[in-house]
Amino acid sequence: MSYLSKSPWIIHYDASSCNGCDIEVLAALTPVYDVERFGIINTGNPKHADIFLVTGSVNEQNREILKNTYDQIPDPKVVVAVGICASTGGIFRECYNVMGGIDKVIPVDVWVPGCAARPEAIIDGVVKALGILEEKRKARKRPAGDRA
Amino acid sequence: MIPDPWAAVLNAVIYLLLAPVVGGLIAGIDRKITARMQGRVGPPLLQPFYDVGKLFEKENLVVTTTQNFYVLSYLVFMAVSGALFFSGGDMLLVIFAFTLSHIFLVLGAYAAFSPYSHVGAERELIQIIAYEPMIIITAAGMYMVTKSFYVSDIMQSAVPVVLYLPGVFIGYLIVLTIKLRKSPFDLSTSHHAHQELVKGVTTDFAGPNLAKIEIAHWYEYVFLLGVVYLFFGFNPLLAIAAIIIAYFLEILIDNTTSRAKWQLTMRSAWLVAGTLGIINLGVLYYLRMVVVP
Ligand code: SF4
Repeated sequence: MSYLSKSPWIIHYDASSCNGCDIEVLAALTPVYDVERFGIINTGNPKHADIFLVTGSVNEQNREILKNTYDQIPDPKVVVAVGICASTGGIFRECYNVMGGIDKVIPVDVWVPGCAARPEAIIDGVVKALGILEEKRKARKRPAGDRA
Repeated sequence: MIPDPWAAVLNAVIYLLLAPVVGGLIAGIDRKITARMQGRVGPPLLQPFYDVGKLFEKENLVVTTTQNFYVLSYLVFMAVSGALFFSGGDMLLVIFAFTLSHIFLVLGAYAAFSPYSHVGAERELIQIIAYEPMIIITAAGMYMVTKSFYVSDIMQSAVPVVLYLPGVFIGYLIVLTIKLRKSPFDLSTSHHAHQELVKGVTTDFAGPNLAKIEIAHWYEYVFLLGVVYLFFGFNPLLAIAAIIIAYFLEILIDNTTSRAKWQLTMRSAWLVAGTLGIINLGVLYYLRMVVVP
């Protein structure tokens, strides 16, 4: 039995979102949804995190930050792209400085649809991510030292 | 009196085995009550154990490998100080080992290069400076009342320690807030999300190292509450009740106050030690020397 899925800690990064999705992410922490029921904690520290929640599209300014934050999360880890912007670039796709969805920079495991993504959808996405996290843990166990 | 060696070893072993379980449960109850105070359902009671289990499943990401050594030393010395305490050892030695363990945590945080970790380490040092005088006054007060620095003697003495040391007891409860990392004195790191600079003193510890820090906290909880017990050693039931009430008060204070600046933390801890602690000891000295020689 794995403890990983019982205690997923999240780090949330706002790439270049309109703030709509961010507010919905934070709404999941309020007493109405209270994600701590599932052991989920919103940490500000990538080194303590298991799940990387990203809102907004990636642009030339923040691609480095996004990549750096991702690299600082210890394995096993999963990435959840929250909202259309994070998935594909959304309505900002055509902007001169926008590269598109965050999968242009880091590997994404779960895409959460919506503009803005609803808190229920975000929690759903995180629960999906837990399954993937568990698979990654098992994969990490088998071959010794397969760190990317 | 030096405690019976076999009983001492037995008590120490019991502490080493059971303290993490009890400490983890206390942390779980704490999180549950905190959530209820905030109108939330809160995590399962066993959540702290899930967290630590998970941390051991993660990759041990370190900036330098010396961090591993410091974290392990922190855990070992914390366990040793608690074991010395519960085996009835010398209070002063216990306090010495206890302080040393925190120094290792600070060194570990300084070993990483991130500014957040450094700020956390500095704040941890400030906390140590703030609470240390009161802890030593507590030991001195117990010596004045029971004529012994040995925990076994203090525990068995029929003297109602708390009646002689009311000021010291209140002072100890106030520094307990610092030690349990509760608001308003949770400068270096707190258990609440998003309260400090990244994660304060624990910023650069990941996975198994963070798990060891967490386990050290559990040992620490049990030891600190054990000191509360000493004040009520004459009546075990009263002592347990005092521990529960004291801990509940800490949770209440944690949830109703916002974090203080380090100056205020330092000033209030020293003011308490200087007034409540010293005056209490002074009065006691006066009574002993002048009134009832
Ligand atoms: S998906 Fe919609 S709500 Fe979310 S960041 Fe993009 S534009 Fe804003």
